[in-house]
Amino acid sequence: MTSGQQDTLPAAPRPPGPPGDDDRPAPGLASRIGRQVLVANESWTIGALLIIMIAFTIASPGKFLSANDLSLIAENASPLLVMAVGQTFVILTAGIDLSVGSILIFASVIADEYYTSNGGTHAGWLVVVIGVVLGIVAAAAWGFIQGFAVTLMGIPPLIATLGGFGAALGASYLITGGTDLGAPPDPLAKTIGLGSAGGVSWMIIISFLVTLVFGLVLAYTRFGRYTYAIGSNPEAGRRAGLNVNAHLIKVYVLAGALSGVAGILSLAFNDGTTLTGHSTDNLIVITGVVLGGASLFGGRGSMFGTLIGIFIPQVLNSGLEIAGVNEYWQQVAIGLILVGAVYLDRFRRRLRERAA
Amino acid sequence: MTEPLLEARGLTRRYGRVLALDSADFTAYPGEVVALIGDNGAGKSTLVKTLSGTIRPDQGQILMDGKPVRLGSPLDARVHGIETVYQDLALAPDLDAAANLHLGRELYHVKWLRILNKAGMRQRAVTAFREIGTRVPDVSVPVGTMSGGQQQAVAVARAVLYASRIIFMDEPTAALGVVQRERVLDTIRRVRDRGICVVLISHNMPEVLAVADRVEVMRMGRRVAVFETPGTSVEDLVGAMTGALELRAAAAGSPATADGGPGQAGASSTGPAGAAELSGRDAEDWNDTPGRLA
Repeated sequence: MTSGQQDTLPAAPRPPGPPGDDDRPAPGLASRIGRQVLVANESWTIGALLIIMIAFTIASPGKFLSANDLSLIAENASPLLVMAVGQTFVILTAGIDLSVGSILIFASVIADEYYTSNGGTHAGWLVVVIGVVLGIVAAAAWGFIQGFAVTLMGIPPLIATLGGFGAALGASYLITGGTDLGAPPDPLAKTIGLGSAGGVSWMIIISFLVTLVFGLVLAYTRFGRYTYAIGSNPEAGRRAGLNVNAHLIKVYVLAGALSGVAGILSLAFNDGTTLTGHSTDNLIVITGVVLGGASLFGGRGSMFGTLIGIFIPQVLNSGLEIAGVNEYWQQVAIGLILVGAVYLDRFRRRLRERAA
Repeated sequence: MTEPLLEARGLTRRYGRVLALDSADFTAYPGEVVALIGDNGAGKSTLVKTLSGTIRPDQGQILMDGKPVRLGSPLDARVHGIETVYQDLALAPDLDAAANLHLGRELYHVKWLRILNKAGMRQRAVTAFREIGTRVPDVSVPVGTMSGGQQQAVAVARAVLYASRIIFMDEPTAALGVVQRERVLDTIRRVRDRGICVVLISHNMPEVLAVADRVEVMRMGRRVAVFETPGTSVEDLVGAMTGALELRAAAAGSPATADGGPGQAGASSTGPAGAAELSGRDAEDWNDTPGRLA
C-alpha cells in the first residue's frame, strides 16, 4: 500500500530539525512503525468500526453481533463492497462515480431481460453465463462512455457520472417499463444468491475475491501505481510519458464493470431486479471508501481501508435497526458521517501541506 | 569547437496572438554546462518545452548530432537521451521517491502481468541517490512529506539516472536555501563531468557565471547573445537580457554579428560588445545563412 499511510496527523510526532533541513536523521525502526500505525488511515477506520460495534453490543446485549447477524451484514454488503472496489480506483484518481447504483440496476436489467426471454427460471448454466457476461459488458460500456466524457470531453467526473446516474436509471425503466423483471434462472438464484460453499455464502466469497484480486492489482501492479500517480499529480504522469486519458478511461470502465458484477449479485440475491432499491448506493459506497481513508483529492487510499470502511455504514444500519431506531435515521447518520470524513481528510491534507 | 549536440534553428511558437518564440535559435555542445537566461516572458520556458518534447513548434528545426529530429512527445525526447527537470519538479507527492524515480519506467517481477519489483526499484533509487551524491534518508517515504531540497534531489536524480545526452534544468535552485543550492550546482558539475550536457535555465546571474561554460541569452522570443563565461560579467548578461547592450552596440556603430555565429562565440575574450552575438535587426542575416551556425 504505497500511499495508504502517509498522512501527518496533528498528533503524529514529527522528526525534529529546522524546516528545510535535508539531513534529518531517519527515525528508529520501532518508532517509525509505531508512527505508521498511528498515522495510517486504516487504523482509524478499524478503530471507528470497533467503537461502533462495541457501542451497539452494549446498547442491545445478546442481539447485536450474533453470527447470523454478521453474515447477514456481509451478504447485504456484498454488492456494495464490489462497487466500492471500483469506486476506490476512481476516487484515487481524484474522480468520483455517482452512477454506481444505477449501473447496478442497468446491468441486472440487461441480464434479466435476457433470462426472461431465454427460459426464465428454468434456464440452464449456459444461459446464466451469457446473461452474466451481457450484464457486465453493458455496465463496462456505460463506464467507458463516462470515462470518455471525463477525459476527452473534459467534463468533471461529478457531472459526467451524475448524468450517467440519471440516464442508466432511465434506460432501465425504459427497458422494463417500470416494473421489476421476474426471477432469474434457478442456477443463479439458488447458487450465487442463496447457496454457500463450506458454510460461507457465495455472495461473500465472490465479493471478497473481487476485493482481494483488485486490492493486489492496486498495490502491486503498474495499473495500481499509475492510478495513484495520476490521482496525485496528472501533469507529472503526463510528463513521465503516461497516457493519462487512456488510464482514466480504463479506471471508469473497471468501475462500470464492477457495478455490473454487483448487479448480477443483486439480481441473484434478490431473486429479481430491484429498480427502486439503489438510490442511495452511491452515498453508501462513497462514504465507505472515504471512511476507508481514500482521499477525494486523489493519490491516497487503499483497498484494505475500503474493505473496512464499507462495513461501517452496514454495521451502523444493522445496529440502529436492532436498537429500534427509526430506519430513516440511518440515512441521516450516513450522510453526516460522509461529510465528517471528508472534512477530516481536508483538515489533514492542509496540515500536511503546511508541514511540507 | 566540436559539432553541436543539440541545435534549434528558427523555432517559432505562437500562443494565440502572443509570439512566445520568434525564430529562436539555441545550441548546446557535448559535455558543457550552457545557461539559458532571459527576462520573464523572454521565451526560455517555451524553448525548453519545445526541446523536451512537451510542446511542438509551429516552425523551425531541431537537430541532434547535426541530423533533424522530431520531438513530438516527452517519450521522443527520452529516446534521444534528453531529460528535463521541470520548475515544478513534476513529482507525484503521494508516491515515494523510488516510485517517482521510476514513474513510466517501472521494473517488474513478472513482466507480462506488470507486477512491480518494488524492492528492485528501491535498491536502484538508493544507488542512484548515492551516485549523484544527494542524501535522501528514506526512499519509501512519500515525496510530498519531504523538504523542498529533498524533492529537488529526487527530480534531479530522476533526470540524471536516465539522461544519456542532455538534461534541461528549469530554475532548479529557485526555491532552495543556500546550502541546497550549492549542492544542486555541485550535482550539475558532476553530471557535466560524466559527459552529459546540462542546460541550466536560471534567473540568478552569479550562479550562472559560477557553473556555466557558456551563456545564451534570450529576449522577446529569440536568441540575442552568446557569451563564453570567462571574462563575462553580470553586467554583460543583464545588458543583453534587457537590450541595453544592444543599444550600446548600435550607438558604437559596430554590428557585432559580423564576427560570425554563436559557434564562434569564443571571440568573447575581446570584450563584452564583441563577445555578444547581437541579433536585433541583424537577425535576418543569421537566418539566411544557417551554414554559419553549424
